[in-house]
Amino acid sequence: MPSRNKPGIVAGALLALSFSLTASAQQSEDPVRIAYIEPLSGAFANVGDAGLKHFRFAADMINQDGGVMGRKFEIVPMDNKQSASESTQLLQRAIDEGIPFVTQGNGSNVAGALIQAVDRNNRRNKDNRVLFLNYAAVDPALTNDQCSFYHFRFDASSDIKLEALTNYMADQKDIKKVFLINQDYSHGHVISELAKKMLKEKRSDIEIVGDVLHPIGQVRDFSPYVARIKQSGADSVISGNWGNDLSLLVRAADNAGLDVDFYTYYGGGLGTPAAVGERGEDSLHQITVWHADVNVDDNLSDYETWFTDFKERHPEIDWYYHQIYNQMYMLKAAIEEAGSTDAVPVAKALEGMTFESPTGTITLREKDHQMIQPMYVSVMDSDAKYDADNSGLGFRTLAKIPAEQATVPTTCDMQRP
Amino acid sequence: MLETIAFSLLNGLLYGMLLFMLSSGLTLIFGMMGVLNFAHASFYMLGAYFAYTVGLVTGFWAALFLAPILVGMIGAAVERFGLRHVHQHGHVPELLFTFGLAYVIDELVSLFWGTVPVPYRMPESLDFTLFTMFGIDYPAFKVFILAVSVVMFVALYILLKKTRAGLIIQGSLSRPDMVSALGHNVPQVFMWVFAIGCALAGLGGVVGGIHLVTEPGMAFLMGPIVFVVVVLGGLGSVPGALIASIVIGVLQTLALSVDFSLAGLFSGIEVSRESFFSTLWYMDSLRLAPVLPFLLLVLTLIFRPRGLMGKREA
Repeated sequence: MPSRNKPGIVAGALLALSFSLTASAQQSEDPVRIAYIEPLSGAFANVGDAGLKHFRFAADMINQDGGVMGRKFEIVPMDNKQSASESTQLLQRAIDEGIPFVTQGNGSNVAGALIQAVDRNNRRNKDNRVLFLNYAAVDPALTNDQCSFYHFRFDASSDIKLEALTNYMADQKDIKKVFLINQDYSHGHVISELAKKMLKEKRSDIEIVGDVLHPIGQVRDFSPYVARIKQSGADSVISGNWGNDLSLLVRAADNAGLDVDFYTYYGGGLGTPAAVGERGEDSLHQITVWHADVNVDDNLSDYETWFTDFKERHPEIDWYYHQIYNQMYMLKAAIEEAGSTDAVPVAKALEGMTFESPTGTITLREKDHQMIQPMYVSVMDSDAKYDADNSGLGFRTLAKIPAEQATVPTTCDMQRP
Repeated sequence: MLETIAFSLLNGLLYGMLLFMLSSGLTLIFGMMGVLNFAHASFYMLGAYFAYTVGLVTGFWAALFLAPILVGMIGAAVERFGLRHVHQHGHVPELLFTFGLAYVIDELVSLFWGTVPVPYRMPESLDFTLFTMFGIDYPAFKVFILAVSVVMFVALYILLKKTRAGLIIQGSLSRPDMVSALGHNVPQVFMWVFAIGCALAGLGGVVGGIHLVTEPGMAFLMGPIVFVVVVLGGLGSVPGALIASIVIGVLQTLALSVDFSLAGLFSGIEVSRESFFSTLWYMDSLRLAPVLPFLLLVLTLIFRPRGLMGKREA
């Protein structure tokens, strides 16, 4: 439908023109632009929109303190409708506009496509290279077989999360039967495979009583799946589901009176606590790099201010992506160290960088560009200081897993320029 | 096995009735008036959001009636000031108009209520377990959904088949010139039918928004399936839509609850794992379930274009 995009193209052309006109005159005042390629419409628009607010907030905070080398960060939102092919087209648009950094995180399939496209561009188009900063796509393949010099992951990969989570679960003696339910794409497949392997190694007495993959973003009624979980006799469920796929699952479980513990990646994810409500109390667990009550538990008063300022600006959502804080400040540090926004020097500065994050010292592992950081296992609780999503419930830390124990080896064999 | 079948039937019935609530309105609009209303699921979403907002002030029970009326009024306005002008130019402009309308409603909903799901919960008076079967609880709310959809079906059936108003409606849709000659205002009848259709979708939203999640993506999630129901049931047939909804609900739930594959059904025949068709042969029903309604749609259009109980071809 070319006619639908016409105003967009005209606006884009005008914007590009105005940039090119001012570029020569005000080189130093050009913003440092980051293309944000995420779903801003469709079933996962809520997730994409919340991420955008995070990035804009972090950029504003940095800009208020003088920006990066006297320049300001600017986030350029691009709607990929959660499609991998659309994303690579948007990447091309970002490259054409001379945007040096691209960030994305929802959907490892999308991230995988972006890594390939970024690699291809950087090989062929040496004058206009881009860096891909991944804040949430957690498929381990992205830092193993598919690893790239131009890709950095600030979230913990799903094998690292699962390593930390199964370490915790192994100590819970009342876990006997585990049911796996995941979305049918790379992320869900990885969790299903690794959970079976890791649980077997750590607690051979735990029985895997079910392993189900369901289509992503299409299931409206989870009650048949819940009936399966019930029949399997499971006491715990591991799920990597995110967005509505998780909300609907937990709601259906509660409607059916299913009494199991959910061990999830995204239980505190944007919108999920609001949709789940008090049904999640003491049963919805999550493994994350941070959650709101960590500020209280670990006395992080500065970061607590950051959290409350964000909440003031966006009362409808919470500061959730801790890794975006790390990503933006580490990018700032790397650009300043490199003295430019060119991909290769910035990538070299980021490689192996250590950073004092509110949760402790974190490191971008040089070998595969994977962030090594502390992790938290937490459970939904009405006594938490900070409610997630204004739901009346927050998360209570059950265990903090130090960075050294939240790591797995990599098979990455990186090609460096 | 008995357990599984009982579960599937019950869950399928409930899901089917939810589908019926959504699609009965479209049966009127698309099936009878012949308007390809792509925005139908958006009216369903509006129903959920209105009920949530109105409910904050008046409580759930008043919202149950007020929200569909509000949605119906918006529907009437859309017909009066939009569709009526577009309608005379045929199907394509109509389709484009409603297609655009769906996007506009989506965007407005995100603007007013934000993109994060709203905490739209069931009323406390329905928040209890009605009965337990094989260890699985059935909340009163699910049974309430069932009751609402049955009431909806009966009311719609009586309105269309047993009343004078129904006679005029059906007449206006099939022979507008005749009805007009008898002194009835045909465009106004069209407006009312469209409004009723939208209000029915809104009512579906009031209940469905609680059962599912009320967020701006909910229209897109439900959009395609309502068309499947209407075509499968037969254009313009309310009982057809009811049967089609239940068939889809039960089939989909069965496919999710029972593991079977072609290989399992015809266990005598061996297909080599390397052969091209083995993927299809060994594919289990879990994978197939989400496609089933659309497979049914395609098969219906090929083999029985007028659907289960329709009087004319789709």
